[in-house]
Amino acid sequence: MRNTMAIAKREFQSYVNSPIPYILVTFYIVITGYLFFSQLFLGRQAEMRGFFENMPLFFCFLVPLVTMRLVAEERREGTLELLLTMPITDWQVVGGKFLAGLGMMALLLLLTLAFPITVAALGPLDKGTAVASYLGALLLSGAFVAIGVMASAFTRSQIVAALIAFFISFGLFLLGAVVGVLPHWLAPVAAAMSVSSHFMNIARGVIDTRDLVYYASIIFVCLLIAQTTLDSRRWR
Amino acid sequence: MADKVMIHVESLRKDYGSGRYAVDGISFDVRAGEVLGFLGPNGAGKTTTMKILTSFLAPTSGRAEVAGHDVYDDSLSVRSRIGYLPEDTPLYRDMTVLEYLEFVCDVRDVPKESRRGRLRKVVEQCGIGDRLGALIGELSKGFRQRVGLAQAIVHEPEVLILDEPTSGLDPNQIAEIRGVIKQIGQEKTVIFSTHILGEVQATCSRVIIISDGKLVADGTPDDLARKSAGAASILLEIGGSRGNDTDPLSLLRHIDGIEDIKAIDTSGWSLSDRPRATKFRIVAKPGIDPRGDIARVIATASGMDLLQMTPETASLEDVFRKLTTTQGA
Repeated sequence: MRNTMAIAKREFQSYVNSPIPYILVTFYIVITGYLFFSQLFLGRQAEMRGFFENMPLFFCFLVPLVTMRLVAEERREGTLELLLTMPITDWQVVGGKFLAGLGMMALLLLLTLAFPITVAALGPLDKGTAVASYLGALLLSGAFVAIGVMASAFTRSQIVAALIAFFISFGLFLLGAVVGVLPHWLAPVAAAMSVSSHFMNIARGVIDTRDLVYYASIIFVCLLIAQTTLDSRRWR
Repeated sequence: MADKVMIHVESLRKDYGSGRYAVDGISFDVRAGEVLGFLGPNGAGKTTTMKILTSFLAPTSGRAEVAGHDVYDDSLSVRSRIGYLPEDTPLYRDMTVLEYLEFVCDVRDVPKESRRGRLRKVVEQCGIGDRLGALIGELSKGFRQRVGLAQAIVHEPEVLILDEPTSGLDPNQIAEIRGVIKQIGQEKTVIFSTHILGEVQATCSRVIIISDGKLVADGTPDDLARKSAGAASILLEIGGSRGNDTDPLSLLRHIDGIEDIKAIDTSGWSLSDRPRATKFRIVAKPGIDPRGDIARVIATASGMDLLQMTPETASLEDVFRKLTTTQGA
């Protein structure tokens, strides 16, 4: 665990020292802020629903840009070789990188707390739903970060890593969007696989084990694939 | 301790999938306290062997042990006992030197209480004291290399594996890095690869030469030079004239203790119309040093001047070229 935290700490430091997260965070806050406040002033509605409904789509674009460098950059720079010859397991490497990415997203979510605070100042805020929604947002981030770590482990190119992560995340998002037009036997399958339907379940304030298991499985499977990818250099 | 086997390599093979072995059946042992030079032309399999020893890659067949632990089955034990500096010194450019060394201490589980002392020691050993706050990406190649060395020794490993630690450095930096390696080599087992021959002669107690994935020589630098040289030869150059017209070649032939004389330069100088040799390579009979006789004969009988007489022993360079060019191809 100490090794995992050492990796996570280093990655997080690296985020802090790089301009990209600041740009991404600003971008996200500005756009969602615009949507939120235009709804507030023009629609005269102080509520969080729109913000959370748009989140899966926004994160499809945002998270891959946060995670793309995690493994790919180390592969390109050659530092991965040095890291993997230190006495740490591939799981600890993957886990540390996942935690750093998740920490970055948690920081982003922390900044968006300005929105529910605004809502609470103007009218009643359903606190339970808000807390549940933020938990959902964290799980959603976790799933997308895990997908990003996996994609980043596949290649030495950050762009390729971002694209792979985007296609997988966006694919899982689209499943939810096309549920309505699918034949009735396929629709439940698509709904069960879709990130947005599980996210909206939680955001409604209902925390169901199925939704938790869904996110946990995505995280586990993606990190397992990432770990296996790192380990594949030693197959014989 | 003095002769404990620290690295044991046995019929090691690595095939990257192309059907050609990058490392083809290498076996050797390295004992505690040895500084082993790993020599070979580019692409001979040095880096691959080191990547297997550090358990970054798995061997296709054969096995390797570091400090008694198998690099494949017990890779964590191996990795905690080695320090490794890969080729081209890959370091995190966005960290400062101190941040980076602390990170390495974290990952390598250097206990908190001994950390300050260890850091101070390597910082002094590698001469990076005034660069601790600098970003690694902004360091010169020489300093990056020193930081690379520092990260490889900060946890006091039993075995140090360095892949071309001096490539791309200027002569001063090379001398400094060599100094550090030598100093470390007094306490630790070191194995480092290079294709610069002067380096092994200056630093190593033992040399292994590999070519095309195969081991072609193993011994001390002097051993190898002696072995391939065969009998020692003498380079002789004469010139000038005091009117004596005797052919020096025929005079030299009379000297006892000379096995063979070869004229290597017949152009240029002649006393009469006949062109005459001025440079010879003389092979002495084993155990005899004919230099005194040669000098006397040249000075008295031939009436010519002795310009040069140099004993020639094959340098490691000759050995290297001989061993690595006749192989394979």
